[in-house]
Amino acid sequence: MSLLLAAAETGQSASPDMWASVLHGLSILRNIAVIICLASGLFFVLAGTFGVLRLPDFFTRLHAAGMTDTLGAELIMLGLIIQDGFTLLSLKLLLVSFFLLMTSPTATHAVANAAYQAGLKPLIGRYKAPSPTDIKEEA
Amino acid sequence: MFRYSLILAIALALYWLSLSGYYDNGLLLTLGAISIALVLFLCSRMKILDDETVPYLHTPKALSYFSWLFKEIVKANLQVVKAVLSPDMEVSPTMVKIPSSPNTEMGKTMFGNSITLTPGTVSVEMSEDEILVHALLEDMSDPAGFTEMADRSAWSVGEIQSPKLEE
Repeated sequence: MSLLLAAAETGQSASPDMWASVLHGLSILRNIAVIICLASGLFFVLAGTFGVLRLPDFFTRLHAAGMTDTLGAELIMLGLIIQDGFTLLSLKLLLVSFFLLMTSPTATHAVANAAYQAGLKPLIGRYKAPSPTDIKEEA
Repeated sequence: MFRYSLILAIALALYWLSLSGYYDNGLLLTLGAISIALVLFLCSRMKILDDETVPYLHTPKALSYFSWLFKEIVKANLQVVKAVLSPDMEVSPTMVKIPSSPNTEMGKTMFGNSITLTPGTVSVEMSEDEILVHALLEDMSDPAGFTEMADRSAWSVGEIQSPKLEE
């Protein structure tokens, strides 16, 4: 990048190794974007996992799982698409993320509806996680 | 009828081409064309060539709807992450009945799926004119908050001309 700027200042035309350095700079930018997408996607998947473990009942846990399905999966897909650029593989990844967006709410609704029909009563009202001191007193 | 079979043929051909990736192998292209023709024949025999099976005309509207929905998904995700990761994890699960204003089956499906897709709200049961929604946080269960989503999903399947936007 800096080589190209220097060439622009001195009025020279860009030589092949200047273009190579531009491409190198772009690939670093792309890698940074990919890492940001994958890391934030993994963060949402991790947060969803924590939610499934911590939340009190079946219906509230569904919400945490929904987090993994939407932003978690989509950000990871976006990262992979940026990594691959404009190729056929990216198109297939785009299709996969589209199908995820279509099927995951259908599956979640089916599971929630089945639980409700079977008579599982959802927990309603305020809920607070027990603090470690409360647990000690009980024991 | 002919219009829908043409659209379906084009959509299936694009889908086949994007999944296969072999464009110079005559045998594979022929087999692909045969499979598309077979699907078209089956669809016309089952008499399901209609707007519901071939919804590709709604693609532009659906794309603009999805870009709006994605913003909502990000907002809801951040709310749920905050609730789940905070140490005392204050949640207030609620069940609420939301009037489902879209009239067509497709509009209802779009609306119900959008509710489930946004984290923090799950559509539990659908009836003729209502959707039973389970919400993780109490302030997500306000029925007024769902009217814009209902309007926009009805618009995205071509049910109403312009959504009543509250900007």
